Formats: sequence, C-alpha cells, structure tokens
Amino acid sequence: MSTIKMRSKESNGVVTVKALIKHPMETGARKNKKTGDMIPAHFIQEVHSKANGKDVITIHWGPAVSKNPYLTFKYKGAKGDALEISWVDNQGNRDTKTGKVK
Amino acid sequence: MKRRNFMKNSMLFAAALTALPAVLYTKQTYAAWPKKSFDIKDLTDSVKSVYGHNNLEESSKVKLKAPSIAENGAIVPINVSTTLEDVDSIMIFVENNPQPLSSGYQLTKLAEPSIGTRLKMGKTSNVMAAVKSGDKIYTSTQEVKVTIGGCGG
Repeated sequence: MSTIKMRSKESNGVVTVKALIKHPMETGARKNKKTGDMIPAHFIQEVHSKANGKDVITIHWGPAVSKNPYLTFKYKGAKGDALEISWVDNQGNRDTKTGKVK
Repeated sequence: MKRRNFMKNSMLFAAALTALPAVLYTKQTYAAWPKKSFDIKDLTDSVKSVYGHNNLEESSKVKLKAPSIAENGAIVPINVSTTLEDVDSIMIFVENNPQPLSSGYQLTKLAEPSIGTRLKMGKTSNVMAAVKSGDKIYTSTQEVKVTIGGCGG
C-alpha cells in the first residue's frame, strides 16, 4: 500500500491538493524510554509534485514537521490533470503516488 | 580460455565504472536538501543561511494562519498564503525550536502561493512565515502558545 494519500479538487482554474503521508518523522533527539538509546533520525527531507509532467512545487522538510505529515498546496490547473507526488527521506526511502485531478 | 576470462572481467569492470557516475549523481540530488540551514540553532543565523542576508520586511500581505494556543505541540497546523506576486519560496521558522527552520517550499510558476502543513513545537514560540517575492523577503509573525511540547518523549 502506498504511504501517500492524496486528494485534489479543481475550482475556478485552481487545483487544491491535500496529501497525507505515513512516516514516523523521528527527529533524532528522542530516547527510547526502555533502553535509553537514542532513536536515529528518520524524516522526510524532500517532497516533490508534478502536474502533467511539469514541476509544481519542491518542498524541503526538516525534522520539525509532524509525524504522518499533512500537506496542502494549490496550483493553476484543470480537471483530469495527471498529478504526481513523491518523497525521499534521510535514509534514502522513497515513494510516489499518481492520480487524476477531480 | 584465460584470455577470454580476462576480457570478460575487464568488460565487467568497465561497466562498473560507467555505472559509478550514476550513483554519484543520485547522491548529489539528495545534497540539494540544505542540511546546513536545517542544523542552525539560532533564528537570525538561520534566516541568513537561507537568504544570504537578514533584510526582512513585515508585511500584511503575508497571511499566517496558526492557532494562538496549541494544546498539542506535536501537531500544530500552520497555513501560509499571500497576495504577493512572483513568489519564489515560502519558509516557516519556529524561533524556539532546537532548529528554527522547519520547512521550505519552492514554488514554480504553476503553483499558487498558498501552503499548509503541521509542525512540531517544543515550547511556546513565535512562528514566522517568510515569503520571497522578487528580491525581497516579506514576513508575518505570530506567537503560538504550547501547553504540551511535541519534541520530548
């Protein structure tokens, strides 16, 4: 299952995109309470979105973004646009989701 | 037969060499994430590392929507939008977090200058949204009171 949930809606030539990504977003500053060991940093660094193959937004996230991050943005587009959202985290994991604008 | 093996091995080696730049290239794209800016612990230094200067201008055209009291510092909803034209980027700084720079949004011509996300906040702090429009940086600041921190265990 994809880690990305994406919704998009067009109104008056502007598409509003909402996305939820499943990710722990560990800062690297927390301790495991049982063992006392530091939990290694694990967070999404880059999120990228394209519409019909054209770049819309490039996002850089730090560890201060909440767990299971939520994101919303808007762009000039139309119904039926092929929308793509992808992310890369600091451990090199990545995921991509594509969909059509409603 | 030996010669054939040698040829085969050297071919493999050559293939590995050509594959190597591809690996280096993907590493470089990760480096686009500005680690240095995200590591800085002081707001003024952080702003300077992002823009190269500290010439900020408070503007009512930058709309920052954040709760005045956040019950849970682990999830503080932040929305930034602006009526300014030609917006290059939107950055969100949280002054009292261990590292003030929380996130940055690089917009293309297609994007509308309106973004939203949820941030972690360790304690009560000023949240500053900075919008780069043309060569100038416009900001809007609001205090968010945090009753339970989001950075500890």
